[in-house]
Amino acid sequence: MDIKSKVTEIIVEELGVEESEVILDASFIEDLGADSLDTVELIMKFEEEFDIDINDEEAEKLTTVGKAIEYLEKKLK
Amino acid sequence: MNKLNDKVAIITGSARGIGFSIAEKLATNGATSVIIDLDQQAVDLAVQKIDDQGFRAIGFAANVTDQEQITSIFKEIYEEFDAVDILINNAGITKDGLIMKMKEDDWDSVINVNLKGTFICTQKICRFMMKKRSGVILNIASVIGLMGNAGQANYAASKGGIIAFTKSSAKEFASRNIRVNAIAPGFIQTEMTENLSQEVVDNYTAAIPLSRMGSADDVANLCLFLVSDDASYITGQTIQVDGGLIM
Ligand SMILES: NC(=O)c1ccc[n+]([C@@H]2O[C@H](COP(=O)([O-])OP(=O)(O)OC[C@H]3O[C@@H](n4cnc5c(N)ncnc54)[C@H](O)[C@@H]3O)[C@@H](O)[C@H]2O)c1
Repeated sequence: MDIKSKVTEIIVEELGVEESEVILDASFIEDLGADSLDTVELIMKFEEEFDIDINDEEAEKLTTVGKAIEYLEKKLK
Repeated sequence: MNKLNDKVAIITGSARGIGFSIAEKLATNGATSVIIDLDQQAVDLAVQKIDDQGFRAIGFAANVTDQEQITSIFKEIYEEFDAVDILINNAGITKDGLIMKMKEDDWDSVINVNLKGTFICTQKICRFMMKKRSGVILNIASVIGLMGNAGQANYAASKGGIIAFTKSSAKEFASRNIRVNAIAPGFIQTEMTENLSQEVVDNYTAAIPLSRMGSADDVANLCLFLVSDDASYITGQTIQVDGGLIM
């Protein structure tokens, strides 16, 4: 599975949103209804699923679906 | 009907004393009690005692300050039962002494087991509870954490810390339907208090309006209430079981 579909799948599961809502521009907090705990859970899930470490500074910048995908694609290259 | 049917309850420091009474109480009310304590043999014995009465218990030897051990045990429990409904942070130690003479080690070890151990177990359990959108955490503090005590500065600080930690975690987890409360027992008859001199015991009981020491069962009864759905609107509180010692 490519990174984009995997990320989409994780977001759908963690945030309980429809796949159609998970567009690149969607902000986790503003568009997908996440609160601060959700965003922490989401980052931890990425770390677990992709077997990587995401430090707090990087994590703070991952505010939208697109930014998360871009970051993970770079990191996993 | 059993209050805690099919619930899984982890109790730390529960091979004996107050922890064991809690494990027994929850198991007799339908829960599967998970006994965690330092010594494997003591753990096995405690599990056996509950098993012999026809109730459910399992056990693990672990130190609450060991992140790796705790992480892997909690994971194993979650995978087996697909839930961890209740965590009781009960493991605790004392290393008494006057501040002027207190060794750094005695300060560190009490803070580590009592306060940091509570943090570690809470942190490792909360992910599973958040996923389930439900859970109950109960921290065993002490009246000493409320009123202080000469000769117990380290213990008092650890227990006061637990009370403040309880409030913070109650606020952090409330939106996920996870309740966190603390119990502050007074003077309870266990191995921890067994070695006190008669004079100390007499002095204490004189200060207690109900003029007797409490039993581990007195604490366990409050635990049962607080972890059950009867207490579903109670979170962030510290409730005393102390015979009226402080009001
Ligand atoms: N007995 C009292 O009067 C009293 C009063 C107020 C609060 N408390 C609190 O109640 C709790 C239980 O006390 P108790 O009287 O039953 O004490 P206890 O000494 O009889 O039992 C404590 C248990 O915790 C275990 N333990 C200690 N360090 C541990 C660690 N690092 N990891 C895992 N397990 C560990 C011990 O092996 C023991 O089985 C403690 O937190 C204590 O501070 C007791």
